[in-house]
Amino acid sequence: MPDPKTTPLDALHRELGARMVDFAGWAMPVQYPTGILKEHVWTRTQASLFDVSHMGQIRMPGADAAAAIESLLPADIQALKPGRARYTQLTTEDGGIIDDLIVTAADDGLFIVVNAGGRDADLAHLRAHLPGREIELMADRALLALQGPAAVTVLARLAPEVAELRFMSSIELRASGLDLRISRLGYTGEDGFEISVEAGHAVKLARTLLAAEEVQPAGLGARDSLRLEAGLCLYGHDIDRTTSPIEADLAWTVQKRRRAEGGFPGAERILAELRDGPSRRLVGIRPEGRAPAREGAPVLDGSGQAIGKVTSGGFGPTVDGPVAMGYVASAAAAPGTPIQLEVRGKALPARVEALPFVPHRYHR
Amino acid sequence: MARYYTKEHEWLDVTGDVATVGITDHAQEQLGDVVFVELPSVGTTVAKGAEVAVVESVKAASDIYAPASGEVVEANAALEENPAGVNEDAEGGAWFFKLQLSDKGELDGLMDADAYAAFLETIA
Repeated sequence: MPDPKTTPLDALHRELGARMVDFAGWAMPVQYPTGILKEHVWTRTQASLFDVSHMGQIRMPGADAAAAIESLLPADIQALKPGRARYTQLTTEDGGIIDDLIVTAADDGLFIVVNAGGRDADLAHLRAHLPGREIELMADRALLALQGPAAVTVLARLAPEVAELRFMSSIELRASGLDLRISRLGYTGEDGFEISVEAGHAVKLARTLLAAEEVQPAGLGARDSLRLEAGLCLYGHDIDRTTSPIEADLAWTVQKRRRAEGGFPGAERILAELRDGPSRRLVGIRPEGRAPAREGAPVLDGSGQAIGKVTSGGFGPTVDGPVAMGYVASAAAAPGTPIQLEVRGKALPARVEALPFVPHRYHR
Repeated sequence: MARYYTKEHEWLDVTGDVATVGITDHAQEQLGDVVFVELPSVGTTVAKGAEVAVVESVKAASDIYAPASGEVVEANAALEENPAGVNEDAEGGAWFFKLQLSDKGELDGLMDADAYAAFLETIA
């Protein structure tokens, strides 16, 4: 194994006492000394700073970049006004998901953020299918996420413009002598921002944000429990090359024009599933007891028949109980349906629950 | 009463033929916030090394292995109500279960407090 790559905040994480783990080839903080539970709760009540610099930031310039990338994904990117962003997925020819990503309409084309685990393959995929187009990995940029109800108050002290920004909107601005791209979005279910900053200035920005009394650092552990409570998919777990966006309950990310016109990889399966319904669906699952069901736990119907699998599962600190997501046969996908989860050889009672487990609090 | 430690980061307080078993402070710190504990039923007979209990943090589930063979004579039901107690008092009130030992000779290979402290140094 090669040494994991480090982000520009690596030394800061260690100084803050983070426990570092290898995540998708990157040395990342899984938690700080306060621990995942407290980091999670702090994010829901104040604001937390997450290092997400391991994610790939990609620039695709050109007025026709939106039209071009639509050949690789099912979202309506051409409809995005400058400064607006959409969550979407790169799809395979048979309707599976290569990666999920956020595409933002920039003044000069597109700004794209992909998962750490997919960045090299995604870049290769984009370049192979869009030959001759400029597609640049912005390796000299760090990405910080400031998430939580106090995020806007804290960030507006540096850049008052952000108070006016709506959810899924993005601006480039200069603040405290730094050139920033600030996007009002995130992956915690809370209001918040992702801030793209030159790598050389990332520590300075992080220290400025951490100096606010409302802000504490949080690691990948809390990021995972927060996104699970928010019902947000984690690539490689809830979605992958075998799951379609429709099975993953992401039909809302396929806009009307694309449904009518098609013209994206996997359109045949995806449009058929939109029309007829998929045979299985990703749903929220609430175990009735206190025992968490982890990824891989079989999902059984009332008679003990296997009908699916847990794809993400753990403890939800805000829910104050176990929560999970998984695929079940469509007949069992309605909220309230009683099911069972096989955990350590025992069938534990559970029920299907509407996602998210914790209501989103975006600034729309 | 003698206290023993295992390389699986458990402690045992042995009084007569009964061992009170818990996980060490080092173990709870590595686990992080404990959110669920599954304890064995009283009357269960376990062999040394068998999975006997489960402790789950926000992140992951970990098995607890029987540090010696015997019969479970008591389980600490308070942990099921308050799993976070494991983080607060791992080597005291947050014991997991009591074991009627079937072979006290199995304790011979275990560590005392000094040996366990030295063992922690080797894995740090």
